[in-house]
Amino acid sequence: MTDATRSEISLKVNGKTHRLNVDNRRSLLDALREDTKHAGPKKGCDFGQCGACTVLLDGKRVVSCLTLAVAADGSQVTTVEGLAADDDLRPVQEAFLRLDGFQCGFCTPGQLCSAVGVLAEHRAGWPSAVTSDVSPDHRCRLDAEEVRERMSGNLCRCGAYPSIVRAVLDAAEREEVKR
Amino acid sequence: MKEFAYQRATAVHDALESVAENNTKFLAGGTNLVDLMKRGVETPARLIDVRALPLNGISEARNGDLVIGATTTNSETAAHPEIRRRYPALSQAVLAGASGQLRNMATTAGNLLQRTRCAYFADLASACNKRVPGSGCAAVEGEHHNHAILGTSPSCVATNPSDMAVAMMLFDAVVRYETLTGKGEIPIARFFRPVGDTPNVETTLPTGALITSVTLPRRAEGRRSRYRKVRERASYAFANVSVAADLTVRLGKVREVRIALGGVASHPWRARIAEERLLGGPATPERFRAAAEAELAAATPLPHNGYKVPLARNLVQAVLTDLTRQE
Repeated sequence: MTDATRSEISLKVNGKTHRLNVDNRRSLLDALREDTKHAGPKKGCDFGQCGACTVLLDGKRVVSCLTLAVAADGSQVTTVEGLAADDDLRPVQEAFLRLDGFQCGFCTPGQLCSAVGVLAEHRAGWPSAVTSDVSPDHRCRLDAEEVRERMSGNLCRCGAYPSIVRAVLDAAEREEVKR
Repeated sequence: MKEFAYQRATAVHDALESVAENNTKFLAGGTNLVDLMKRGVETPARLIDVRALPLNGISEARNGDLVIGATTTNSETAAHPEIRRRYPALSQAVLAGASGQLRNMATTAGNLLQRTRCAYFADLASACNKRVPGSGCAAVEGEHHNHAILGTSPSCVATNPSDMAVAMMLFDAVVRYETLTGKGEIPIARFFRPVGDTPNVETTLPTGALITSVTLPRRAEGRRSRYRKVRERASYAFANVSVAADLTVRLGKVREVRIALGGVASHPWRARIAEERLLGGPATPERFRAAAEAELAAATPLPHNGYKVPLARNLVQAVLTDLTRQE
């Protein structure tokens, strides 16, 4: 007899498939950290308030602490470890290094995954709460105010926000030039 | 957290049959339910994941209504071109809620059914009539600076935390659902129950029902509406007070007006007294202020949340005045 409170799941983490038998209570965050051994996503609050556990789930940024691992069965997960191919850093990672977008580093994996999500959402034309005109005919430009709003789900207790905002803006400009 | 079984539903009927079993709950984005399970407030024996059901997406009905599927994420709703074009206050309201990560997870139906963020509700050691009927209300004598001022009862002064629902109240949305015996719909004005002495029963949704969509009545393109939220941080915080408003002025007179308030009651509060006061009269800041005061005359603030009365008044005045400038 199978235990109804456990499930066989499959997660594709940074391109590699993992088959796991998890307690249904296991959060995606714990599954990543304890089962697939990805220590990048951090457990800050474990209640969806700090963003340190942010990962990309099927390309969308989410907090992995409020995602049940069993509910993510069959999904593709990208953690901070999977953002760059080898040493070929993403513009936002390179910008965090060059512009000093962190201090202790605990929130950085979540900040980076969130920033990648923010840039993709902006490219897709999504407005934010500080966008003056949400009309689809109005193209919103990323500025410091927009970045602060869009990154507000990621707390940094060192208060490295000014450099984080600069780094995200810098990455946005570089990606714009590339395209 | 208590142990639970998990199933992913692939057909609405199967989901309805499953949820009829004892202590079974639907799971969608999980941003509220999983949080409450971690705290021991919710202790389901089984979760039925509804996100694989064909209830996702936004489409226009033949009569011009806009239909938002129950599992459409908050992000998808806020970013949808037709929502942004015709119901901008809804896009603004959704964007004013939670964080980018949470909006990517949270769904339309889940947002409507989310529970209060009253700290006593989330704390098993505190008295809370919403969590344990008959246990009392710790907030009335306790920390209640962000609690309700309208429609309260001695049994509960908690607020509904949703931004999205305030805009849906503004646009007279209709909640559609299915049960094992058929389909039904509830206008949002009747969806949330007054508190009374049963704060644990929050909606008029029948037991075992699954919300399938929320319909926004047809609305002309380019009509102005606006959502403004006041909170204790610049972002990522629940409302102290929020206002959704829709105003049409012709020749200086109010031709159409709708106002809904958030953060002031156990449910999104449609300001019908203010609307009636304004209709047909001059569209001036003084009249907006007087209408807001008439609406708030029934307010019953507690010792620490009296600030919400002038805050709501000023916010209504400011948002309506702003809408006249945009005309």
